[in-house]
Amino acid sequence: MTVKRARDLAFSGIVLIAAAIWIFPLYWALTTSLRSENRIVSDAGVIIDELNFSAYLSVLSNSKLPMWYFNSVGTSLIITVIVLVTGMMCAYALSQLRFPGCKLLYLVVVASFMVPVPALYVAQFVLMSDLNLVNTWWGIILPQLIVPVVVIVYKQFFDAIPREMREAVLLDGGGEFTLLFKLYLPLNWGITAALAIITFISAWNNFFWPFLIATSENMMTIPVGITQVNDSFGVAYARMMALALLAAAPVIIGYLVFQKRVTEAVMISAGVKG
Amino acid sequence: MSIPKRRRRELRASFLMTAPFLFIFIVFFLYPTFSVIALSFTDAPLIGEGQWIGLDNYAKLLNDRLFYTSLWNNLYFVLLTVIPTTVIALLIALAVSRLKGRMQALVLTLFFLPYVLPVSVVTMIWAWMLDFQFGILQPLIAAITGKPVPVFKNPYWVMPMIAVVTIWWTNGFNVLLLIAGLRNIPPDLYEAAALDGATPWQRFWRVTWPLLWPITALVLTLQLILQLKLFDQVYLLSNGGPFNQSYVVLMQMYREAFQLNNGGYASAIAMVLFLFIVIVSVLQFQLLRIGGRK
Repeated sequence: MTVKRARDLAFSGIVLIAAAIWIFPLYWALTTSLRSENRIVSDAGVIIDELNFSAYLSVLSNSKLPMWYFNSVGTSLIITVIVLVTGMMCAYALSQLRFPGCKLLYLVVVASFMVPVPALYVAQFVLMSDLNLVNTWWGIILPQLIVPVVVIVYKQFFDAIPREMREAVLLDGGGEFTLLFKLYLPLNWGITAALAIITFISAWNNFFWPFLIATSENMMTIPVGITQVNDSFGVAYARMMALALLAAAPVIIGYLVFQKRVTEAVMISAGVKG
Repeated sequence: MSIPKRRRRELRASFLMTAPFLFIFIVFFLYPTFSVIALSFTDAPLIGEGQWIGLDNYAKLLNDRLFYTSLWNNLYFVLLTVIPTTVIALLIALAVSRLKGRMQALVLTLFFLPYVLPVSVVTMIWAWMLDFQFGILQPLIAAITGKPVPVFKNPYWVMPMIAVVTIWWTNGFNVLLLIAGLRNIPPDLYEAAALDGATPWQRFWRVTWPLLWPITALVLTLQLILQLKLFDQVYLLSNGGPFNQSYVVLMQMYREAFQLNNGGYASAIAMVLFLFIVIVSVLQFQLLRIGGRK
């Protein structure tokens, strides 16, 4: 028994070391960001032995990072709310109501998975320019509202709710909207939270589209904005890493806090894609 | 009398509930899908009207050497990422699923964390890791090749290194799916195999591998689709260079549309990618079916 225990312990140790190596780039970014620029180029100790926040202060005061935070938070929140509300209503109709074209609608939503979104960027840009939305929040937001997986996941969860539960609400004179918001949604807060978090994270992380549509620095989101600083700082490793970590902090913290929900959502939405 | 009334209310509710989604879906997704197809038959600039030129853009593509370079680089990148990331993810998933409790949670978090980072954060960190002068990985590279290498400026290193960065970034997703797949394998199958005296090697190939195949196939195809859409990392790390060695299809679409103002030609390029991914998606279902029969 002790031999088995020792082997298990050794195995855990090896896996833990592998995981530590895997996450090392992030740790190294943190170490670098906490040093003075002079020390970074003179010695390369791996241990965090200095807590110098000047890089962070410099980045926060000398770049438009606060502005980009504001744009990222604003656009990602709006995207998340609209995607979830429109997605759950559509899913409810597909799951609980019969109407002409409902099978077709479901098929189109499923088929839309096959379309590679970046292939539409040229046409979407032209559309945004026709609507005078280039370099605006709505220009960033609108094409990102297409998240068909939300509809499909919600539909599956709504399908699983026994239909008898509807009758009580209907007898009380409630309509379909009452049913959705008083019965189906409260029963599915868990999946709603999970979908909200991954929708928010993917909106926050989207690079290509905001990069095309946000043409002035004041409109940029975090992932796009930080690539601009690149050019103006020159050689400044601590500041670059401080910038990278400040940009990543909300998603890292969000992931660590809502870890279970994130992994749940990733699995559920990928299972649907299969 | 009451049934038609109820039916009418149902139809009204259906309309009100699907309308917002449908409106957004039609205007910002279906319409651009059709307009990118239409644009690909015109000589339109990015903004403004163009003339219908039939298949000229596609004929031009067939003679565009840069397009072949892009296609080849996409293919090369797929080779560098899809199977390696699946194998790495499988090894990690097998290891993580043998751990228990807090240890498992901690290790999984560490392997998954890079997946939630924005791409530009990932490229900044790796540009620093691989910095020609002060990068912490340069001594390692020097040990192998004899001298430091500016990897993103070197035609041989650029694609493999972008592949390494990409695998590091996206691997957590695959690990998660494979762990979910491993958890769905009934433990009594392993017990039965152990009773029959199966070695760990046999247990993997006779039990784990066939039962995990649907998820493995899913991971492979999702990766294939994802990696064909390569743009961000290339744009940020090497901008298509050096000598077009990391020039990919979406890079060419971006340059044609947004720098050379050729909206029509860029749309034709987008259509090729479109076609590739639709074909892969359709094959995915077939692959899953074949796997299911085994």
